[in-house]
Amino acid sequence: MENLSLQDDIPANEPRKQRKKKVLLMGKSGSGKSSMRSIIFSNYVAKDTRRLGATIDVDLSHVKFLGNLTLNLWDCGGQDAFMENYLSQQRQHVFSNVGVLIYVFDIESRDFDRDLLTYRSIIGALSQFSSTASVYILIHKMDLVVPTKREDIYNDRVDQVQAKSDAFEITPFATSIWDQSLYKAWAEIIHDLVPNLDQIEKHLGSLGKIISAEEILLFERSSFLVVSSWTSTIGGMNPTTDRFERLSNIVKTFKQSTSRYTGTPKSAEQFCHFELKMKNFSLFIVKFTTNTYLLVALPPGETRFNSALENVKIARKEFEDLDSPAKKGADRGATCTAANEA
Amino acid sequence: MSTTSSITPCRKPLSGTSFIGLENSIVNELVRVLFVSSTSTIRNTLVQPIHGTTFVAIVISDVSYISPAQLNIERVYEQNRLIAQKKDASGALESAPVPAAATQGKPRLLLMGQRRSGKSSISSVVFHKMPPNETLFLESTARVQKDSMHSFMDFQVWDFPGQVDFLDPTFDLDAIFGEIGALIWVIDAQDDYLEAINRLNSTILNLQPTYPNINIEVFIHKVDGLSDDYKLDIQRDIMQRIQDELSDHGVENAPINFHLTSIYNHSIFEAFSKVIQKLIPHLPTLEALLNDLCRSCRFEKAYLFDVLSKIYIATDSSPVDMPSYEICSDYIDVIVDVAEIYGWPRSDEYIESLEGEPWNKKLEDQVACLDAESAIVLTDMKRPIMLREVNKYLALVAIMREGSFEKMPLVTMNVETVADGLTKVFEITKQRNMVS
Ligand SMILES: Nc1nc2c(ncn2[C@@H]2O[C@H](COP(=O)(O)OP(=O)(O)OP(=O)(O)O)[C@@H](O)[C@H]2O)c(=O)[nH]1
Ligand SMILES: Nc1nc2c(ncn2[C@@H]2O[C@H](COP(=O)(O)OP(=O)(O)OP(=O)(O)O)[C@@H](O)[C@H]2O)c(=O)[nH]1
Ligand SMILES: [Mg+2]
Ligand SMILES: [Mg+2]
Repeated sequence: MENLSLQDDIPANEPRKQRKKKVLLMGKSGSGKSSMRSIIFSNYVAKDTRRLGATIDVDLSHVKFLGNLTLNLWDCGGQDAFMENYLSQQRQHVFSNVGVLIYVFDIESRDFDRDLLTYRSIIGALSQFSSTASVYILIHKMDLVVPTKREDIYNDRVDQVQAKSDAFEITPFATSIWDQSLYKAWAEIIHDLVPNLDQIEKHLGSLGKIISAEEILLFERSSFLVVSSWTSTIGGMNPTTDRFERLSNIVKTFKQSTSRYTGTPKSAEQFCHFELKMKNFSLFIVKFTTNTYLLVALPPGETRFNSALENVKIARKEFEDLDSPAKKGADRGATCTAANEA
Repeated sequence: MSTTSSITPCRKPLSGTSFIGLENSIVNELVRVLFVSSTSTIRNTLVQPIHGTTFVAIVISDVSYISPAQLNIERVYEQNRLIAQKKDASGALESAPVPAAATQGKPRLLLMGQRRSGKSSISSVVFHKMPPNETLFLESTARVQKDSMHSFMDFQVWDFPGQVDFLDPTFDLDAIFGEIGALIWVIDAQDDYLEAINRLNSTILNLQPTYPNINIEVFIHKVDGLSDDYKLDIQRDIMQRIQDELSDHGVENAPINFHLTSIYNHSIFEAFSKVIQKLIPHLPTLEALLNDLCRSCRFEKAYLFDVLSKIYIATDSSPVDMPSYEICSDYIDVIVDVAEIYGWPRSDEYIESLEGEPWNKKLEDQVACLDAESAIVLTDMKRPIMLREVNKYLALVAIMREGSFEKMPLVTMNVETVADGLTKVFEITKQRNMVS
């Protein structure tokens, strides 16, 4: 992750502007912004975040994502002096061209009213320069609240935040770095940013039907967030409703183990094929396109499994073009047609 | 995970590959010889794979030995018999109860040590899957907590209150130490341990005359956060103090083992693995089967795991290294977690539809194996790790050599044979225990 100064950020004439969305990550100092960012995008585990220092000014990171998307993430240090600066001198620079604002509230904060005031000013600046931005509210560090009180406190906070959000339609989440709730929130945020997603979803659906899968999930390679999914009617009866974020958590945790075992960096790919055959289902996760992994859950059966695996290999080419459209050249078109005929 | 059931493999080896490896009959023979013969004659089966040909070489050597565990258990039985006899001789008609049949072959692990040394934490983390940081909220134990573990082998874990003086004459020593498998003495390495050692010494000296064969396992515990040098220093110091005291009282070579442990990493599971392995009477058979498997499938390392506790109960004879144990153990977590997410019961109609056109086959005939099978290929050096459920409690996990995933169909067949063999070993032992 680079730590660039703000001035030399976006070149004067950025050619593909709509693809370079700005994602602002804001909230009071110590609320957990950098912690989340490090877990989702830099393969930290929760306890590593204790080592993080306060962010000075803005930490900028360019995260390459599928669909040729470069996530332009601004992790804005939350100390008062910085906040004032964003709202005054740097106002236009920070708040123009924002695709998404993620605002983090620390559940433990002793002065929620004051947090709301700051939020109010941020919303003011946002409506001035990027009135079409989406706003996500994370009520964070939920692990610090007694489980029985979580829902009430969360609802109360969300109501108060909504009241201060002007015309913005907020999407709230309860999060903690100590469980999978973090993955749920970030998967939905990312989901809204990826281009071609409806097309990808359509393709997943037809692939799923061909191989009679119960469920197909598309994971982004490094964050292992579920960016797209398709579920059959039967698959939809799965009683584990938080399974997407649980799977992200399971795989990311195991990647920590493999990184320790192989001595390769955590950011490295770690594995390319995983399969599990049980009495009542089978499943595989394979390296799919440049930026993705694919999970397929199927009914049991050796033949079904093998043919699904073959079909996924064939479909790979087609998805590769949706993943990185820019790479599409003259020869690519031919490959694409061949794949369609197959 | 599923229970054991008969397996109808319908997996065919890929065309052009030949099948190398153990044959069912050999394993059966091995198992039969080992467990029917009363002389504990071990027959060593060597299976040598040769590329491209089907070649099974068997070297049977007559090596006669008894495993330390068998020896140990036999000694304990002998000890019990003698004690019972003594009591009989003293004339009391209402003599000591002969160990009940139900507790026969159910070794007992006793957790003892000072207060707050971590006994309950250990038992909760290893046998009840408690996350380590939640042990902070455990309360001090007031009464002996007896846990019965029904796993690949039935055993009991007794968690003692720290301050109880069970050498007090009002305690029925025999009720505590009679059926013992091991006495685990927990010492808090982050605290002053002199008092703990004094109590351990007097316990050993008190037990020696009556129970000379008790395995004493000293867990030098809470070593997380201590440097490697410091850990070894402490271990040396503790060993020295115990040895000095015992030899002052004329006790030499008491069976005492030392382990450096912490609930915050895999070390506690490793230590338990070693303790439990001493209680498994057929360990050499298991090891022989795993050695064969490693040779025939070219595995780097193979572990037989108790899935619930993630203790490994056997491994091949190549040296155990923590990293390979850890990755295999973490891999079991992945399988258990994923199975929990997708293993929900499907409706009968749905299953019927899966068995209809175009398959026209029962689902159990569509799968190659009714037990869980899994593999993962690491990007680094293309090293696969494979897992195979053996029965309700056990799973085989092995690290394969780089680039060997292509040979998976072959490997799977060999593994299947060995898994069958392992299942039989455990069935036979269970029967034997019930008979005795
Ligand atoms: N209990 C708990 N602690 C958290 C959680 N998320 C973050 N933390 C802790 O909060 C502390 C501060 O986190 P940071 O991520 O550095 O906070 P920040 O919002 O980036 O702060 P600034 O950079 O100053 O704006 C760290 O010690 C984290 O370990 C959470 O979900 N639960
Ligand atoms: N750092 C560290 N702390 C541990 C470890 N194991 C246990 N503890 C802590 O030690 C404390 C005491 O643990 P217990 O398991 O209740 O101790 P006990 O031996 O059962 O105590 P009594 O029941 O009173 O005899 C708890 O706060 C545990 O969190 C360890 O491996 N490392
Ligand atoms: Mg920060
Ligand atoms: Mg206790």
